[in-house]
Amino acid sequence: MANFHPFVVPFVLGTIGLFVICGYKYVRWIKQFDRKQQKLIKKNMFSTRIFPAIKEMFCECLLHLRISKKNWRLGYMHRSIAFGWFLLIVVGAIESRIGTKGPFHFWCAIFYRFFHHNPPANGTEFVFTQLMDLILLYVLSGIFLAFVKKVHSRFLGMKRTTKHTVMDTTVKIALWAIFPLRLLSESVTARLYANGGFLTQSIGDLFGRRAAEFLELPCWSLYSIALCIFFLMLPFTRYMHIFTEVFLIYFRKLGLRDSVKMTGYTKFELSSCSRCGMCIDRCPLYNTLDINDVQSVYLLRNLRNLEHHQDILAAGKNCLMCHQCAEDCPVDIDLMSIRRISRDKGDTDMSDNYRYLDTVRGFNAIGRVAYFGGCMTQLTPTISESMKTIFDAAGVKYWHLDGDRSICCGRPLMQQGFNKQAADLRRKVSELITSSHPTALITSCPICYNTFKYEYNLPIPVYHHTEYLDMLIKSGKLPVKQMDTTFTYHDPCDLGRGTGIYEQPREVLKAIGQLKEISAEKENSVCCGMNLGNTVLSLDQQTKLRDKSLQILTEPNPDVVVTACPMCKKAFKHGTEANVKDIAEVVASSVRNVECRMQNYEL
Amino acid sequence: MNNFGFTIKKTRSFNLSQADLRKAEALLREVPSYRKCIGCGGCTATCSARQFTDFDIRKVHNTFRRGQYDKLADELRKCMLCGKCTLVCPRGVNLRSLIINMRQLLTPSNETF
Ligand code: SF4
Ligand code: SF4
Ligand code: SF4
Ligand code: SF4
Ligand code: SF4
Repeated sequence: MANFHPFVVPFVLGTIGLFVICGYKYVRWIKQFDRKQQKLIKKNMFSTRIFPAIKEMFCECLLHLRISKKNWRLGYMHRSIAFGWFLLIVVGAIESRIGTKGPFHFWCAIFYRFFHHNPPANGTEFVFTQLMDLILLYVLSGIFLAFVKKVHSRFLGMKRTTKHTVMDTTVKIALWAIFPLRLLSESVTARLYANGGFLTQSIGDLFGRRAAEFLELPCWSLYSIALCIFFLMLPFTRYMHIFTEVFLIYFRKLGLRDSVKMTGYTKFELSSCSRCGMCIDRCPLYNTLDINDVQSVYLLRNLRNLEHHQDILAAGKNCLMCHQCAEDCPVDIDLMSIRRISRDKGDTDMSDNYRYLDTVRGFNAIGRVAYFGGCMTQLTPTISESMKTIFDAAGVKYWHLDGDRSICCGRPLMQQGFNKQAADLRRKVSELITSSHPTALITSCPICYNTFKYEYNLPIPVYHHTEYLDMLIKSGKLPVKQMDTTFTYHDPCDLGRGTGIYEQPREVLKAIGQLKEISAEKENSVCCGMNLGNTVLSLDQQTKLRDKSLQILTEPNPDVVVTACPMCKKAFKHGTEANVKDIAEVVASSVRNVECRMQNYEL
Repeated sequence: MNNFGFTIKKTRSFNLSQADLRKAEALLREVPSYRKCIGCGGCTATCSARQFTDFDIRKVHNTFRRGQYDKLADELRKCMLCGKCTLVCPRGVNLRSLIINMRQLLTPSNETF
């Protein structure tokens, strides 16, 4: 057979195996989509959503722009390997299509130089030859960086890289071997037939003729075998992410999201994790408490293999749900949902547990806003008092929904995997709110805010009090006065990373005083350690987390450390001499100030 | 007889040496901070569910600790897991963890993983 040699057999087998196994897995997962996900796929499969999906695939799977934005060296490493390899395949395919004489088989593209011995005959071929060498060099630079990262991760800006399993390490060695082997094979052949580019030809010329003759076949065979090993192991290791991410991006753009249970979509997510380890460095449990086996990368791995059940449970529990890893994940995997899925307590018949809430009467709140302080605000009543002062000053009519008795929004149940009960509770609260017909819902607890916004389907707008205060001040309804008090502001996890509210509280504070910058804010804000997501940390550990957060907040010596969550406030209050206040309290005291002055004026 | 405004409850006596304490011991293992509980009732006083029903979290965990598990599973379902009890406990007992663990010990678990 022309253009065939037995050494291509491992590569051919590997490629076929790769497609069969991946195909089988993907079909199985797609069958495991739940009904809602299936519906969305059917509805949107051929819609225009495809275009942004293709763009994202290109930017993320090949160019790795999100990683580059966070860490350009790491981004370069990933890009050079992914995009470089992609180019090698595409450009190689074109080159071989043009140049191959005789029958064309798909392996001719990969082993083109072996089958095509003539030196470049014309301008086009010459350009292609040089180009292919350039691309190979590009890929090799990435492999080199990956090697450096292995021995010295800090060079690539990472404190800690993932601890890998034996399988993962083996397949990585195969991957790292592929490109040097390709370089070597092409160089040796270039020595014999002078068909190389600037790189392969110059390396090839270092060999003697005899050596080259002797080495040619073994090199190409090893190259083929390395490809085979890599392809066959790929579906069972982290490299499955290479193909899976493409599908994940597509499904995500179609509007699919995680459900409360493990679905096929979750399986796609689990296999899209490249175990890059970017979720490790800034996990407070790792960098403050030295707990290093619960981070998302490990949870995902264990869930994917569905082994180590005890580990899944233990790792699943020990997490603050602070959203930091979800923020850092370059694949944008919904890590918080997966964490919740890992905590799923199953469908123990727990219906109608909250029948007692039926005794709560609705309220005729037409024309009023509903104010929901949240359970934690009951333990920090100055916050709700301040909100009342503010409502009065702005002339807003309100209804304090949980004034005398506190009702939970259902988030803590949800976070701990009691999904059915949480849904039960949500239904009750939702009925209570809608039957009272308020014009808007305002809450002081970021956790409730996130829940009302995303888990409820309320017909009215939902605001966190930071947003609402900002609106009141901007519209001029709330008279505040600029003073020279200095503030630092803590972004609560669920308000910042969880819901994306960063600017409103800052605007509010800037309208009242001076806001000082701190070293870790907005997306990088450090959790106060009290997040309800965790139930296993000891008080000592929580205190350590709190102190770390406080240290950052008090560094610029502000007059007041401001937060926007009753929980954070409670945490900080006992940990520092500094003045800790909720943003509502700060605004309320400013309002009182203005009111006093106006009264004096009237007198 | 004079009515002093409170009633004397019937004694609730049981034989501790016959109680099956395995679950209680498992609970103490899982939530070590519970050993520090002094039974002050702070948790019950602040409890959100308590504001609507006669749900009494101190009674629940106390009874559990003595190996009297009857009816506790139903009782525990009233808890909203809001965590106020954890925050007010003067002894730093991790009540939320305590409640989750009691639930899991009482209801034959069918956790997914
Ligand atoms: S979860 Fe995301 S950040 Fe963590 S290892 Fe996987 S891909 Fe990287
Ligand atoms: S949510 Fe926070 S605590 Fe949990 S794994 Fe992610 S970074 Fe760590
Ligand atoms: S989120 Fe927290 S503070 Fe808000 S209602 Fe639920 S438990 Fe209470
Ligand atoms: S508040 Fe704490 S110490 Fe008091 S009874 Fe409850 S758990 Fe025990
Ligand atoms: S967590 Fe449960 S027991 Fe504790 S205060 Fe809330 S409702 Fe009551």
